[in-house]
Amino acid sequence: MNALKRGLGSSLVQAFLVVVGLVWLTPLAGLFLSSLRSAQDTADGGWWTSLKSPGQLSFDNYSALLGNTGMTQAFWNTVLISVPATVLVVVIAALAGYAFAWLDFPGRDAVFLLVVALLVVPVQIGLLPVAKLFGQLGLFGTIPGVVLFHVSYGLPFAIFLLRNYFAEMPKEMLEAARMDGGNEWRIFTRLVLPVGRPAIASLAIFQFLWVWNDMLVALLFADGSAQPLTVELQSQIRQFGSNIDVLAPGAFLSLVIPVAVFFAFQRHFVQGVMAGSVK
Amino acid sequence: MTATLLKEAGGPPPVTQPDGRRRARRRGRIIAVAFVFPALLLLGALVVYPVLFSVGRSFFDASGTRFVGGANYSEMFHDPATIRAVRNTAIWVVVAPTLLTGLGLVLAVLVERVRWATAFKLLLFMPMAVSFLAAGIIFRLAYDEDPDKGVLNAAAVSVHDAFTGTSTYPTARPRNGQGLTEEADGSYRTTATASPGRTVDLGLVGVLPQDLPQNARPAHPAAQRTAAPDELRGVVYLDFTRGGGGRQGQVDRKESGLPAMTVQVAQDGRTIASTTTAPDGSFRFQDLGSGSYTLQLPASNFAPPYDGISWLGPALVTPAIIGAYLWIWTGFAMVLIGAGLAALPRDALEAARMDGANEWQIFQRITVPLLAPVLTVVFVTLVINVMKVFDLIYIIAPGPVQEDATVLATQMWLVSFGGGNNQGLGSALGVLLLLLVIPAMVFNVRRFRGSQR
Repeated sequence: MNALKRGLGSSLVQAFLVVVGLVWLTPLAGLFLSSLRSAQDTADGGWWTSLKSPGQLSFDNYSALLGNTGMTQAFWNTVLISVPATVLVVVIAALAGYAFAWLDFPGRDAVFLLVVALLVVPVQIGLLPVAKLFGQLGLFGTIPGVVLFHVSYGLPFAIFLLRNYFAEMPKEMLEAARMDGGNEWRIFTRLVLPVGRPAIASLAIFQFLWVWNDMLVALLFADGSAQPLTVELQSQIRQFGSNIDVLAPGAFLSLVIPVAVFFAFQRHFVQGVMAGSVK
Repeated sequence: MTATLLKEAGGPPPVTQPDGRRRARRRGRIIAVAFVFPALLLLGALVVYPVLFSVGRSFFDASGTRFVGGANYSEMFHDPATIRAVRNTAIWVVVAPTLLTGLGLVLAVLVERVRWATAFKLLLFMPMAVSFLAAGIIFRLAYDEDPDKGVLNAAAVSVHDAFTGTSTYPTARPRNGQGLTEEADGSYRTTATASPGRTVDLGLVGVLPQDLPQNARPAHPAAQRTAAPDELRGVVYLDFTRGGGGRQGQVDRKESGLPAMTVQVAQDGRTIASTTTAPDGSFRFQDLGSGSYTLQLPASNFAPPYDGISWLGPALVTPAIIGAYLWIWTGFAMVLIGAGLAALPRDALEAARMDGANEWQIFQRITVPLLAPVLTVVFVTLVINVMKVFDLIYIIAPGPVQEDATVLATQMWLVSFGGGNNQGLGSALGVLLLLLVIPAMVFNVRRFRGSQR
């Protein structure tokens, strides 16, 4: 009787979770199927009607997208923004994180507390002043400008994460390396970076995702020739219905890479997102 | 003497020792500063300076030339758009983290009981990789108001129609003076009464061709049948012959019956029976006592079709966008709570099970209290993130509804850059946003200092 009850309970749980899973999958499936249909088909009926008439589905939208220079340019801009913004954050934060953890300089701990405090500063508050500053420096509207903004607002979390990870290293290890006459730069590149690899991987994935998916910063700081995929797509949202044959495949293309990163580096991805959520 | 010699030979000279150390220390400091310099330069120029600048700028007027003191801050609480933004932000901050924490907790507990837990967690976590922009496009599609296009309204309509039935003839009406009068509630009633043994034919016009069901048959044969002494029968028909030639008020040979029409019979204003018409439009009421009856066609026959919920209308746009936010963040809450769950002491749960506690009692009395610290962290984290939500609202809310959906982050954007062009008020909104996250800032600093002791 008890076993029967438990069996029934567990099949109810299974059924419930299957339904939840389907609910979670449906929006994504809807986007994918919509991306394979013409704007006219989408205007005539929802994506589920294409399940009955699969003849509607084709990759025409995607080949049209590849021929759309605005869209391909935007895709490359996204890459040109995300990759440097990720590499720079990792390098600058690793240097600083090591210094905060193991080097001695006046005011070290106070400065680090300031960095911790900066963790939650909303991006919004920087938009206007940095736009003015970039205007004077000639960086406004350019890719380097967007990259610098992302790096700066990524740094507090990055330094926080790496400093705490590096601080866990055994002291003896570093002292041994110093005794061997290694200078700080050698210790940093040969010892600290390899030891910190898991934290660096999580950080890099988190930062890449953050920048790749950003729209707000690029909306302000990137002009026409520098704008990434998110901004290019949002500029077409006004005519949502008639542009759906560009919006749906564009959105799908923009999420394929982060989702692929997610599945390739599940563990680091989850750790990075969890750690980064303090932001 | 010897002692001095020995001393001098033994250790490094006492004068040079601190000097060398000092030099080494200075060198170390220079190296250290070189390591932190790039980070501090960027943080100082692009984060700390902007915060200070914004605070200062918030005390000046739109163009930045005149000092206005706290005027921007008091305007914030008088300007209806900003008040709406504050109110919507409050809704977001209360509703979204609460729902997410609850949903995450339930799913985290349940998913441990199935073998495919990992696959489920991966599926629910995946939307965290999707940009708000792409999620926005996904949900703009899903929330489309036309039930033929938006999946949520398609579902809403099919559920609704399964319970209440579809109304079939939204545009139908009787011809004037052909025996049917319209009641206040939109139903039609026979003007004259009828006694059992009679046939009553109810003619309607104005049925659109696409509203006429496929199975409709000509009403003429049924209209010829006679009624038994204790029954009332008749047809509901379309009093219109395609191609012309019919007579008004008569069931002509080619005229179609109207199937699936609800017909009621009433006596002294009380409805005593109800039926629906056959494919040829015929209906009959049997076993009626003698007396006079009226027939009526209730308003449900003529109601406009239910076409779903206006998800992105002014009333529901914020809950709808919160729904999209749940899709993105539930996996996060579930995984974080799941990690806390895995760290719970097994023996406490086992002991409770041995004592015969049921699963609900264990959940309520043991799991939730033990998880409280984790739930707090999840909740606080979500509050910080919800406060800054921007893209999702900017994308999902259609242009005209944007001002109904606005929150502080979008309002700050609109005021500063999106047409408002009031950088004084915009800066004040930015500062307000910063003030709201300061408790989180203090929380972080405290937690960090605590972990260092």
